Amino acid sequence: MKTFEFEHATTVEGAVDRVVATGGKYYAGGTNLLDLMKGGVEEPAALVDLRRLGLRDVTATESGGVLVGSGVTNSAVANHPLIRSRYPVLSQAILSGATTQLRNMATVGGNLMQRTRCPYFMETAFAQCNKRNPGSGCAAIAGFNREHAIFGVGGSCVATHPSDMAVALAVLEATVHVHGPDGRRAVSISEFFRRPGDEPQRDNTLHTAELIVGIELPPSPFAEHSWYLKVRDRHSYAFALVSVAAGLRVEDGVISAAAVALGGVAPMPWRVAEADAGLLGQPPTEAVFRRAAEQIMAGARPLSQNGFKVDLGKHSVVRALSSALRVR
Amino acid sequence: MRDVTLIVNGESRTVAADVRSTLLDLLRETLHLTGTKKGCDHGLCGACTVAVDGERVVSCLTLAASVDGSDVLTVEGIADGDQLHPLQQAFVDCDGFQCGFCTSGQISSAHAMLHEHARGDLSTESFEAGRAAVCHGPDVLSDAEIRERLAGNICRCGAYANIVEAVAGVVRGTT
Repeated sequence: MKTFEFEHATTVEGAVDRVVATGGKYYAGGTNLLDLMKGGVEEPAALVDLRRLGLRDVTATESGGVLVGSGVTNSAVANHPLIRSRYPVLSQAILSGATTQLRNMATVGGNLMQRTRCPYFMETAFAQCNKRNPGSGCAAIAGFNREHAIFGVGGSCVATHPSDMAVALAVLEATVHVHGPDGRRAVSISEFFRRPGDEPQRDNTLHTAELIVGIELPPSPFAEHSWYLKVRDRHSYAFALVSVAAGLRVEDGVISAAAVALGGVAPMPWRVAEADAGLLGQPPTEAVFRRAAEQIMAGARPLSQNGFKVDLGKHSVVRALSSALRVR
Repeated sequence: MRDVTLIVNGESRTVAADVRSTLLDLLRETLHLTGTKKGCDHGLCGACTVAVDGERVVSCLTLAASVDGSDVLTVEGIADGDQLHPLQQAFVDCDGFQCGFCTSGQISSAHAMLHEHARGDLSTESFEAGRAAVCHGPDVLSDAEIRERLAGNICRCGAYANIVEAVAGVVRGTT
């Protein structure tokens, strides 16, 4: 591993100043960044450590929502009483990812900033990876792409974003609060991640040196009926082949609120607005769920080895909605 | 090199460490606490599990400089002198290992899990039991709960059945 400057930041403004001055990176839990540094994928000149920054509170907001500091660990969010009671789909999504050891280290901000686990990105012995080395090509398109995206990608990169938490944040319509050299701004979770396009090295829409300071959850209609279904190659501790966050509210026998987002299929949590809208006013039956699943998957563009994700995705949407309905 | 101070198993230790040093390498190579094992060095196997400020982590992905000032509990600190912790005794009684390489990580991990369960923490398995369990935490840990909560500790010998039996005996004995 190449050596680097290291310092603990004690204020948000100070952290931003130091990343601007050094051209370095923010360091939170380190579970992904340190691993990438060991492999030579990341070689930051400096690490600005956020451990002493605070940002570790989970608080109820006046509007009936919850604000989660970006330094709160994944475990602490998932186990917080406000999240368990108001946003159980967020707890379930977070707890379906990684292991307790990693969730105890990883932060909410870091979860959003983690990089893809595409093997061609993770291993520097592969010459081609536009995300790691822009302009070098994408080895996955003609290579092993069983785990790759079926939505939202193109010829430059077909990697998925690996976060489970983000998929739940998508159905909860969270807002990401960031602080940068030009001050604070708020970014909708639907605008946070970006398609690879002509800058596949950029996973998200943050500007240089912007730091995530918190994630705000608006009041949710899905406290009683939600589910996070994660389908993977083994029962635990694996990334999703397909995952589905589903939220429903049913009143007088018809669906009055609905949201579905998919993970493991795109460089961002994948939502199809028409499918959500089509559920409204309908009875919560399997036929209605299946129609939504067909609508969501209609735009899929599978690669040579991941066509199975289309059918798997349809079944997973129906099952996640059915499981959400059955929560007692 | 920079000074890093840690409270390791109750004792304050200040050592000079390379900024790149992981907590794992500092424990093993500098403090010679070799009970904590280096398996994969990528956070995949759990052999290097220790507790930092009371929470279990993988020490291979913990930068020593980052946790300067923290409290660290390694497998060497779990027994009370020559008196084995009930978990350690249970691993012996249930034959919860074959080669033993993963065992210190398994025990460190299970030791932290007892604390997590006692304060009502969840796992993905907990959601199968409905909203009440999600809000309050599961009363009793099923074998499926134990397996999920220890999923971060790989045993290449495949001694899982006996590991679960050992942990289940201790968990259910205390609930």
